[in-house]
Amino acid sequence: MARTSALATQRTPLPDGMVVSISGEIDFSRSPALRSELIAVLGDKPARLVIDLAGVPYMDSSGVATLVETLRTQRDAARKLVICGMQPKVRGIFEIARLNTVFIIVGDLEAARQA
Amino acid sequence: MEEPWDITLRIVSHPRYLAIVRAAVESFGLKVGLSEDEAAKVTLAVDEAMANVIRHGYHGETGHPIWLKMTPTQHNGKPALKMVVEDECRGVDATCIKPKPRDPNRPGGLGVAIIKEVMDEMEYETRTDGSGISLSMLKYVTPAKTAGKE
Repeated sequence: MARTSALATQRTPLPDGMVVSISGEIDFSRSPALRSELIAVLGDKPARLVIDLAGVPYMDSSGVATLVETLRTQRDAARKLVICGMQPKVRGIFEIARLNTVFIIVGDLEAARQA
Repeated sequence: MEEPWDITLRIVSHPRYLAIVRAAVESFGLKVGLSEDEAAKVTLAVDEAMANVIRHGYHGETGHPIWLKMTPTQHNGKPALKMVVEDECRGVDATCIKPKPRDPNRPGGLGVAIIKEVMDEMEYETRTDGSGISLSMLKYVTPAKTAGKE
């Protein structure tokens, strides 16, 4: 478990990629730590990157922007990004920003492995 | 007669205070009758406004003042929550602060668009003494949602 500025992340390998599970609120003060973690993970070129947000009760637009950047990197390389475990407030910002149809969003980790 | 709710928070520009502001806004929103979903969205909008002041207005510099005033009010005959964010940012033209066009392929620039989407009214102005920017935001509280409170 790597802790950076009170944001906790955990990597779990998949046969075809990696799961990054995140815990903590993601706001302006913490999104740089998230961005650093995701850039490190993207360096391994995972065919499937699953971001598990089950431990994230809140996210602001800086967190969303970090995920958009990650999505763009994965898509440009013909690789997949799947988001799972969204709590209501996090789902809310994706809906307000109308990004809920841009990402592959599923309910849980099991569905993310199959998506 | 009960005194009307009227809260002013003053923080200095540092991201560490945003979580505290969020807790206060959500609590106040629920207190004046917003649903949990609306209170969460208003909290997000205020959070975006405060973060924009720190990031763009003060260019990430810490230690500058930001005020948030929260007041229940009546607007067009309807109950509403008025929230005003003020700062001492210099050199920012209030008329130039606008939501950026939505582009799902480009990260960033979502903050003002989120505020505009969540709030029923919003307006950026230069403060009357010319010392910074004032963002006024209004969210209606529908009568059905005020019923049963306290």
